[in-house]
Amino acid sequence: MSAGITKHTEPKADPSSTDEFIKGLWRENPVFVQVVGMCPTLAVSNSAQNALAMGLATAFVLVMSNILVSALRNFIPKEVRIASFILVIATFVTIVDYAIQAISVDLHKNLGAFIALIVVNCIILSRAEAFASKNGIGKSILDAMGMGLGFVFALFCLGAVREILGNGTLFGIAVLPESFEKWIIMILPAGGFFTLAAWLLLFNFFKLKKAKA
Amino acid sequence: MSQQQTISTPSTADTSSKKMLTAMVGIGVICALLIVLVYDGTKERIEQLRAEALEKAVFRVLPGVSSSQMFELGADGVFKPVNKPEGKNPIVFAGYNDTGEFLGVAIEGSGQGYADIIRILYGYSPETQTIVGFYVLESKETPGLGDKIEKVDHFLANFTELSAKLTADFSKIENQIIPVKQGAKSNPWEVEGITGATISSRAIGNIIGESTATMVPLIFAQKESFKKNPDQK
Amino acid sequence: MLSKTLHISSSPHINKGISTDTIMRNVVYALLPMVVFAVYAFGTNALFVILASLVACVGTEHLLCVWSGKPSTISDGSAVITGLLLGLTLPPIFPIWMTIIGGILSIALGKFVFGGLGSNPFNPALVGRAFLQAAFPVAITTWYPAFSEGRFTNFSGSVFAFPFSTPIVDGITGATPLSAFKFDKVTADSMDLALGLVSGSIGETSALLIALGGIYLITRKMMNWRIPVSILGTVFVLSGILFLIDPKLYPSPFFMLFSGGLMLGAMFMATDMVGSPITPLGVVIYGVFIGLLVVVIRIWGGLPEGVMYAILLGNALSPQIDNLIRPRIYGTKKTKP
Repeated sequence: MSAGITKHTEPKADPSSTDEFIKGLWRENPVFVQVVGMCPTLAVSNSAQNALAMGLATAFVLVMSNILVSALRNFIPKEVRIASFILVIATFVTIVDYAIQAISVDLHKNLGAFIALIVVNCIILSRAEAFASKNGIGKSILDAMGMGLGFVFALFCLGAVREILGNGTLFGIAVLPESFEKWIIMILPAGGFFTLAAWLLLFNFFKLKKAKA
Repeated sequence: MSQQQTISTPSTADTSSKKMLTAMVGIGVICALLIVLVYDGTKERIEQLRAEALEKAVFRVLPGVSSSQMFELGADGVFKPVNKPEGKNPIVFAGYNDTGEFLGVAIEGSGQGYADIIRILYGYSPETQTIVGFYVLESKETPGLGDKIEKVDHFLANFTELSAKLTADFSKIENQIIPVKQGAKSNPWEVEGITGATISSRAIGNIIGESTATMVPLIFAQKESFKKNPDQK
Repeated sequence: MLSKTLHISSSPHINKGISTDTIMRNVVYALLPMVVFAVYAFGTNALFVILASLVACVGTEHLLCVWSGKPSTISDGSAVITGLLLGLTLPPIFPIWMTIIGGILSIALGKFVFGGLGSNPFNPALVGRAFLQAAFPVAITTWYPAFSEGRFTNFSGSVFAFPFSTPIVDGITGATPLSAFKFDKVTADSMDLALGLVSGSIGETSALLIALGGIYLITRKMMNWRIPVSILGTVFVLSGILFLIDPKLYPSPFFMLFSGGLMLGAMFMATDMVGSPITPLGVVIYGVFIGLLVVVIRIWGGLPEGVMYAILLGNALSPQIDNLIRPRIYGTKKTKP
């Protein structure tokens, strides 16, 4: 995981606040456009519920760490900024871990090791590095919420497709007739790659079409 | 990571490392405080949920049970009531009904499945000398295939009256529990497998077979010690 | 790959005169006896599966070429072979709708996304089959006994299952010799295996006919004989050693050689020119690697059959093999690959 994608997310002249929010949802969607944070994206998107929970947990960590990083941005010397960011992020991941355990043991069992891995999800580090450490708290919150919701949206897209095809259900509710043959591969790790590829294909198709027009 | 990183000149090195230190320590303290607060706030609920989940599992494998007590199997082969598991000693749960009558023991077993180790809990009733319930605690079996061991009715029906009868001198199991193919069950100590989940269902049969072979004679010999003392309450 | 107009290419400019389509046509000839035998052994259902696979592969190739604005490449015959091979690796009562998905994915994911024939790192038919194996593991392990009565008049409800619905298996199913060995330690008679009198995928049962097809291609110099020889040799020697150690626990080397998809895989799939190494030594390393994996997966793995995964892994490794044994250019230092 690297923060090498900072280049094209550099804050522009003075974009409007709504733009800071919207860009993460669509134009700079972390999964479909920036293609970062693939580990949780592929691993826990095998059902809509897991995807949503993972997405929300990540979004929460993203918003909270962006707030703290932005608040402390003048206090943190740049030599130790990455270490400081990781410290902040790890704190909120630990908090989320406890919170999920307190909500449901089953959910915690499903998300398992991947909660701890939110720490190294480069969406969070890259937003801290590229945005929060250079902008005020208000804008940082908007940015984090946009990116976070964009991540939730992307994970949900993957999780929904995989759960419907792989299990015939959505959020555990049957949406396809009983006789539907489940595509087991879709809930296996390989299915994550196939589904992600299909979504990227769709996104690039729209992007090319727009560029041509 | 970025080109902004500059090498501090010797004259500013002292002040800069001091600043770094204070920053890191400051952030560390803030983070530690946050974690401690959340830990304290959620600790009780997490422990309660965990105990509930385990208790739910015990209740599932021992029909009619409403309370349970943890027992630890010491190195000397004697079961002792404990409140928290210590070390690596095997743990069993004795189940009691509303009036405090001892009904059976929930035993944990584990073994190699298709994907990874499968951990199960099963209920044993010394009264009838049978396995009366079964529940998968942890498995990573293939969704849609191997995880049928948690869902398929005819497989789960194996564990309502599975014979774990001891020999006449109660020293060992008369017929070790073994897995057989779907539709091939002909004896009360056989576990009928699932077509399409052959390896996983076999693994369960073998886990129970091996676990009962060691645990059941021990439990049966000490069944009196599981009974609740009236004064213990 | 093949352009009908002016051909501009790098050296060598003088070639042997055997073009891609000649080779492909001969591979089809070599496969035909197996197709005929398979239809005889498994009945009309098998014919439908093979036809569905053929139509899906050729159709996908044509459509993808048209959509990408290229001349259609179906005339080079490679899609026909992919279709035949995919059909031959499926069980005789495999649903047609699944077969079609497999065919589409074989060509689209196995070949076209890499840039068409000549650029595919894996054998396309095996890519399709691997997907089907992972997606529909129950259907792909539902076997039908060979030479059952009424095999020409009974249309299986499984083959004609409504698209996307679970196939309903009517009548009898039979375990393959390999799964019978894996789960019940029962070995089949080697002679029956060689002649193809057992249950299994459509085209993998008759080891004899597959060997004949392979020998035909080898004598016409259209197949690298080192590949099948090194794969089969490795399997034979390795399982022979194991058999000598404990004949009760391990199957006989003849059983290993003639059962399952090993013969078909070694002769027709591992020999895919695109997916295998170039040099003679590289090819032997590749063959030994595949043979080793087949034995390991069959004997110690969770699955009864491992030829497909062994070949796919071999395909993935072949560029590295070529790299490893690439001769040093005269006068240059030995460098680490």
